[in-house]
Amino acid sequence: MSYQPVRFYQTGTFTVGNRLLDEDDRSVQALPVRANSLTSGHRACQGCGEALGARYAIDAAVAATDRQVIAANATGCLEVFSTPYPQTSWQIPWIHSLFGNTAAVATGIAAALRIKGRSQVRVVAQGGDGGTTDIGFGCLSGMFERNDDVLYICYDNEAYMNTGVQRSSATPPAARTATTLPVGPEPGNVFGQGKNVPAIAMAHGIPYVATATVADLHDLEYKVKKAIGIRGAKYLHIFVPCPLGWGSASHDTIKLARLVKECGLFPVFEAEHGEVTGVAKIRKPIPVEDYLRPQRRYAHLFGKSPATETIAKIQAQADRNIRKFGLLADQGARP
Amino acid sequence: MSTVQHKPFAITLKVGSSLANKTGSWRTFRPVYLDRMPPCNHQCPAGENIQAWLFHAEEGNYEQAWRQIMADNPFPAIMGRVCYHTCESACNRGQVDQAVGINAVERFLGDQALKYGWAIEPGKPTGKKVLVVGAGPAGLSAAYHLARLGHAVTVHEASPKAGGMIRYGIPKYRMPREKLNAEIQRIQAMGVEIRLNTPVTDLRQTLEAGGFDACFLAVGLQQGQQVNIPQTGGLPVLDAISVLRAVELEEPVALHGHVVVNGGGNTAIDVARSAIRLGALSVTVVVRRGRDYMPAHPSEIREGLEEGMRLLNLRQITAIQDRTLTLEVMVPVEGGHIIRSGQTETIEADVLVQAFGQTGDFAALDQYPGLVIADGAVQVGPDLMTGAPGVLAGGDMIPWARNATAAIGLGKKAARHLDAWLRGERYQPRPKAEVADIGKLNTWYYSDAPRTVRPLLDVVRRTSGFAEVVGNLDEGNALFEARRCMSCGNCFECDNCYGVCPDNAVIKLGPGKRFRFNYDYCKGCGICAAECPCGAIKMVPEEI
Repeated sequence: MSYQPVRFYQTGTFTVGNRLLDEDDRSVQALPVRANSLTSGHRACQGCGEALGARYAIDAAVAATDRQVIAANATGCLEVFSTPYPQTSWQIPWIHSLFGNTAAVATGIAAALRIKGRSQVRVVAQGGDGGTTDIGFGCLSGMFERNDDVLYICYDNEAYMNTGVQRSSATPPAARTATTLPVGPEPGNVFGQGKNVPAIAMAHGIPYVATATVADLHDLEYKVKKAIGIRGAKYLHIFVPCPLGWGSASHDTIKLARLVKECGLFPVFEAEHGEVTGVAKIRKPIPVEDYLRPQRRYAHLFGKSPATETIAKIQAQADRNIRKFGLLADQGARP
Repeated sequence: MSTVQHKPFAITLKVGSSLANKTGSWRTFRPVYLDRMPPCNHQCPAGENIQAWLFHAEEGNYEQAWRQIMADNPFPAIMGRVCYHTCESACNRGQVDQAVGINAVERFLGDQALKYGWAIEPGKPTGKKVLVVGAGPAGLSAAYHLARLGHAVTVHEASPKAGGMIRYGIPKYRMPREKLNAEIQRIQAMGVEIRLNTPVTDLRQTLEAGGFDACFLAVGLQQGQQVNIPQTGGLPVLDAISVLRAVELEEPVALHGHVVVNGGGNTAIDVARSAIRLGALSVTVVVRRGRDYMPAHPSEIREGLEEGMRLLNLRQITAIQDRTLTLEVMVPVEGGHIIRSGQTETIEADVLVQAFGQTGDFAALDQYPGLVIADGAVQVGPDLMTGAPGVLAGGDMIPWARNATAAIGLGKKAARHLDAWLRGERYQPRPKAEVADIGKLNTWYYSDAPRTVRPLLDVVRRTSGFAEVVGNLDEGNALFEARRCMSCGNCFECDNCYGVCPDNAVIKLGPGKRFRFNYDYCKGCGICAAECPCGAIKMVPEEI
């Protein structure tokens, strides 16, 4: 059973808080005493989705464990903007080692805690899509395969932004990247291919895999809380828009995260031991174009002679997700 | 060098929190909180702060909600019934699903107040005496607001009962008299004296004799108008205002047999629906123009038709011969105009009632120095002051919007100007905030919720008597309806800004205290403004 939103009381659980709901139904982010694990003064760009996603996720983990959280962080924007020596924005025990070894570092921390008998302390590993789907992929797969007691969180902004917007294996088809020349006819992944890490994580049969976006805070917090309570390997893939790399307005960060889910391009679901157990339904269906247009990385698809064929291929991708996961309200769960 | 020695191996700089890095310096736009004008408030002729009272009602705090209404309008139980609620046409929610049932919630709150006997205290006495002429909605509203400001108010009313056209022009099935009486009594309980059967025949004499410092005139327009139709034979022809007045005073009125009403306004429909209740054989309303161009409210027309009223649109009565009315068929042309066709038909009638507006009788004011009466109305300035100092006028007798809600608003306006004038000052209304139109809202966040419809009395019950037609919401669905409000332009503490800021630059001040920006760290990304559901945050350029 997936997260069940409250649909009434003015804004229900669509907003961060709601004075008409019981406090238990409000989000961690609505609390005046939230941890602010990633505090102010960090150097993320205006409107950074990753900064937002990281605070959402880690605050939820902190709240769920009564502050008993240690995080290992891969190289990437999150590490660079949060901890430029000699300052740090982290208000939890936090370690950065290398780009590719985060899952292994977290595994080590978990092993040490087990040996010391401090199993109440929970371990999170986190990184961007580059550190997860490319460089750290081997260590991640090993962590899954050994079922190490770590929650791995990938903040996916679909490219290496820290190196000047460079293609990663999570860059979607037709999305322009600044410092990588297209290999085939279009930039980004080859249509119909790519590296779907949530699916790969599920293929390992680990206890829990989920996706989320920064546009649905209640769903995200529910998944972090659920994952952190499970012993063994967990994987959470959070969609975080990047105004700089995507060429979108800084105030559109949450809007884009909302649209990517509503158009079906990014299915929001959870899975246990390799089986999908819940999906977040689309509330107001839209065509992919509504999501693509506000982003300059897709500008070449529009303009005077729109690339209708490419747009149709992206739409087909969304339609496939909608079919596969049963994302429309009147569709049953996935067969 | 000594400080370096205390640092751990390979650490050369003093480590610390990023809070030392004030990222507010990046900003080119700054978010600011503001209260925009909700479209409902902007539209309300009585100047109610609808969004504010719905805010309290959403929490189930009905008394606080009622007190918020009472700040502007002393008659929620009356207005919740007879107001034509143009606020609901302006409601932004109408563009999302359906408008909020503001009128229904207002009525619910008004009835709660009567049920629990909630009262309003008069203000600290100022020692000033004010005369109000006319106990209609404008006069009583002014009296109420003046009493709240501490002035001693005496109301002179010519009729045997107070209420003006709300009593003498609106039938009981729309406005139950016990509610009307109770809301008037509440004003009397504040110390306002209402003298019934006391027409003012000489204003100057009344002012001097009573020792009044100022005066508000709100005598209304009491006489019905008729159009002249060539007539032979003795068919009774009445005017609608006299008919409704007679019905209220329970005087015999000849509304039996085949009743024909001439006119397309609310008064015409009121007469028709009253005739049905008084046992007329048939009731026909003749209207020159098409149904879409009738001034009567669509809900009144619909309910009348349900009760058996016959509507003859595009007909004009051209002659009366004994019991036969000759109707000429009118033809609609472009732009809503009509032209005569020359074709005629006839219908039978036992009585004809004409409903063509009202005129006033201002004989008592004629000789008062400075008062200007022109085009059948008393002329006033923007502060409602007539040409005579300290004499203000409002309601139907001035040539502004003429309806009960507008009259209540004018009464409040008059009270504020009078109060300032009595202190030798001028009342300065606050500048109006910009309107929170639908484009300023992020409607994604509002739950989908259909509108609660008030139950209607079934047709058989309502045509056989003067019972109230429109039922009330109960506590459950009144709360439901209030919570459909989107709080346009005014923070309702959803915590979105607090949650969505990537820089933790929003400070939550606690329940009822809203939020504050921490400009030390706000980078000006604008997510808070974009994700504010109700449009209570604005991005303004930073002065650099």
